[in-house]
Amino acid sequence: MKSQPRFRLLPMPIHSLLLFVVWLLLNNTVAPGHLVLGAFLALVIPLLTSGMQSPQPSFHKPLVTFRYALMVIADIIVANFEVALLVIGPSKKLNPAFIAVPLDIQYELPITILASTVSLTPGTVSAEISEDKQWLYVHVLHMTNKDELIALIKQRYEKPLMEIFEC
Amino acid sequence: MEFWIELVVSVFLVAGAVFVFIGSLGLAKLPDFYTRLHAPTKATTLGMGGLLAASAILMTYQQGHLSLHELLITLFLLITAPVTAHMLAKTAMHHKLQITEKTVDKELSKRARERNTPT
Repeated sequence: MKSQPRFRLLPMPIHSLLLFVVWLLLNNTVAPGHLVLGAFLALVIPLLTSGMQSPQPSFHKPLVTFRYALMVIADIIVANFEVALLVIGPSKKLNPAFIAVPLDIQYELPITILASTVSLTPGTVSAEISEDKQWLYVHVLHMTNKDELIALIKQRYEKPLMEIFEC
Repeated sequence: MEFWIELVVSVFLVAGAVFVFIGSLGLAKLPDFYTRLHAPTKATTLGMGGLLAASAILMTYQQGHLSLHELLITLFLLITAPVTAHMLAKTAMHHKLQITEKTVDKELSKRARERNTPT
């Protein structure tokens, strides 16, 4: 597992950048005072919290990450329409199910992102993960074909994540 | 305000409201806790997205510069919604809430509660 390069005064460079941008967005301004305050927070907060962080694999392929984000946003919109139709339709036709998806990815961060994606997209909510982190339990609102659904989650979401985190 | 901006904002507002309403409707009518969980996590995401898009367009027009607050709210929603759903599902399994009869592989919820492997 490759992790981010660690500088003593800037332990989490990406987090610092994110904090800085979020601070400016929160205040909806680029006034010099807020630039200074934002930079100060972006430098100090990671210094205080980096000790609590457990090592995680870092993002590698920015292009794949970007494509993955766009795909997930598109899928969220599609999934919303599907779930809305299922909700309006008769409840008797629903075919809810629990499934267990075997996981190939490791480490907390990629699994968290996969589980969140699964919750936001195709009519599924990730419910639990087995203790050995080999299985993701998922509740499905309307299941038509179990094997197809598992293959979809693995192909469409897990594979690009494995590529992004190189694990 | 120009007519076309009013039109775009209203379309987003109405579409967003419809999705939020469907999400709430799902809470009321779906058969068990686990299926109900789907309505607010999904339908509401897009509903809120619609409302926030309307807000962003209106504010950008009125203030004359790009309003990005809404982008931030969307980001926070997208991060928190799946976490909430996950915690609720976990809690439901530990309380052994009733699962609707038709559910396929109900036994899996017991394995999941113990965080065991499925077989």
